[in-house]
Amino acid sequence: MTEIIRVLIAKPGLDGHDRGAKVVARALRDAGMEVIYTGLRQTPAMVAEAALQEDVDVVGLSILSGAHMALVPRIMEELQQRGLADLPVFLGGIIPRDDVAALQALGVSAVFGPGTESQTIISYIQNAVRGDPA
Amino acid sequence: MTRASRRHPDGAALATSALAGDRQATARLLTLVENGHSQGHIALAALYPRAGQAHVIGFTGSTGAGKSTLVSEVARELRSRGERVAIVAVDPTSPYSGGALLGDRLRMHDLVNDPGIFIRSMASRGHPGGMARATRDVITVLDALGVPVILVETVGAGQAQVEVARVAHTVVLVEAPGMGDDVQALKAGLMEIADIVVVNKADRPEARQTLQAIRSARLRGRFTEHERLGNAHPAADSITPGWLVPILETSALQHTGVADLVDAARAHREYLVSTTLWESLRADQAKADVEDWLDQKLRALAHERLGEARLMQQRPWCRTSSPS
Ligand SMILES: Nc1nc2c(ncn2[C@@H]2O[C@H](COP(=O)(O)OP(=O)(O)OP(=O)(O)O)[C@@H](O)[C@H]2O)c(=O)[nH]1
Ligand SMILES: [Mg+2]
Repeated sequence: MTEIIRVLIAKPGLDGHDRGAKVVARALRDAGMEVIYTGLRQTPAMVAEAALQEDVDVVGLSILSGAHMALVPRIMEELQQRGLADLPVFLGGIIPRDDVAALQALGVSAVFGPGTESQTIISYIQNAVRGDPA
Repeated sequence: MTRASRRHPDGAALATSALAGDRQATARLLTLVENGHSQGHIALAALYPRAGQAHVIGFTGSTGAGKSTLVSEVARELRSRGERVAIVAVDPTSPYSGGALLGDRLRMHDLVNDPGIFIRSMASRGHPGGMARATRDVITVLDALGVPVILVETVGAGQAQVEVARVAHTVVLVEAPGMGDDVQALKAGLMEIADIVVVNKADRPEARQTLQAIRSARLRGRFTEHERLGNAHPAADSITPGWLVPILETSALQHTGVADLVDAARAHREYLVSTTLWESLRADQAKADVEDWLDQKLRALAHERLGEARLMQQRPWCRTSSPS
C-alpha cells in the first residue's frame, strides 16, 4: 500500500504569470509529492472543484495580483460548500504583513512570501498532512 | 469528512455514499483503490457487480499531440449528447523522486463547472503492470457509479501505451503533424494498438502530409496484421480482430472532427458488443487482474519466506563480489 501526498497548486485570479507557482510545483514533485497543477485564471469554484475531484491533502494558492483579500474568502466558502472546510490551505505570493492575520482568521494555515525556501513549504505540507497543529 | 476519518476510512460506507451521489466520497474512494488500501478492496468488492457497463476509451500518443485538449472536446461533445463523462488522466511518475507533476487539467478548464463531468489525475507510480491495475480499479469504481463513458489519457511512451490498451475498450491513437513523413507513431510501432487513429491539429497545413503518411502505411499493411492474423497476433488483447481502423482528422482547437471521432468510438463499441468481444475483453481484464495480484503476492511471499540472501543464491551470478 502506498500513500503519497497529493497537492493542488492553483493560480486563482487574473494575473498573468505562473513562474512562481511552477517552481513550487516542481519542488514538491522533487520532494516525492503528486502535484496537480491547474494553471492560470482559476475561479474560486474551479479551485474547490479540482480539490474535491482530486482528493488532495492540501491546497496551495499562488496570488500575485493583490486580490487575495477578495479571492481567499470566496475560495474558502466554495471549499466549505463541498465539505472541505478542514482541508489545509496555504498561500504564496506578495502578501502585505497586515493581511496575514486576516487570512489566517479565514482559515489559511500558512502564508509564504517571495523567496521562501522550498524546504520550508515542504516541511509545512508534511506537518499539515500528518495533522500536527500548524 | 474530517481529517480523522481520512485517516481511518471505511470502504463500505464510502461506497454507499458514492452510490448516493456524494462526489467527495467518490474522490476519496478513488484514492483508496489507487493506493491499494484494504478499505479500497472492500469497496471494490461491493461495487464490482455493478460495473461492466461503461465504455472505456483510451487516448494515447506522443507528448504534446493534443490529447488533453482533444479529450476535453470529446467530453464536451458527449455532454451535448446528454452523457455523463469521467476523465482519468495519467502522467508519468518521476523515477528519481517518486513524485509527479499532473498537468492535464490545464487543458480541461471549461469542463470544471459541469457536474456531469468528473476529472481525476493519476501518476503512473512506476510499478510494472501497476499503472494498469490502479487505472482499472479507478475505472471500475466510476463504472459502478453509473458513469457511461470514461476517457483515459496516457502519454504514449513505452509501457504506458500497452497498458492503456489493457484497460480500454477502444484505443484512440492521437498523432499530430510533425516534420514531413516522419510520423512518430509509425516509427514506434504504435499503430498496432490503435482502434482509431486521429491526426489532431488538422488546422495546421502539415496535417495533410501526416494523414497521407498514415494512410499509405495502412495500404502497405503495416498496421493491419491483426486483420490477417486475428487472435493469433501476440498483441491480440489490445487490438480488435476484424475491425478496420478509421483514420480521422480533428482540430481540438477549432472544434472540428470531434463529432466524427465520437461516432467512430460508438461504432467501435457496437462492433465489440455485436462480436461478443466486449465480454471477452472483460474476462481478459479480470484474468490480467488476478495475474497482477498473484505476481505481487508471490513476490512478497518469496521475500518473506526466503529473504534477500537466499533469493540471491538462486542466481549466484547476480551476486556482486564484495570489494576488498
Ligand atoms: N494548432 C493546434 N494546436 C493544438 C490542437 N490541440 C492541441 N493543441 C495545442 O498543443 C499543445 C499541447 O496540447 P495538450 O492537449 O496539452 O497535449 P497532450 O498530448 O495532452 O500533451 P501531454 O499530456 O503533455 O502529453 C497545446 O499548446 C495545445 O493548445 C489543435 O487541434 N490545433
Ligand atoms: Mg495531456
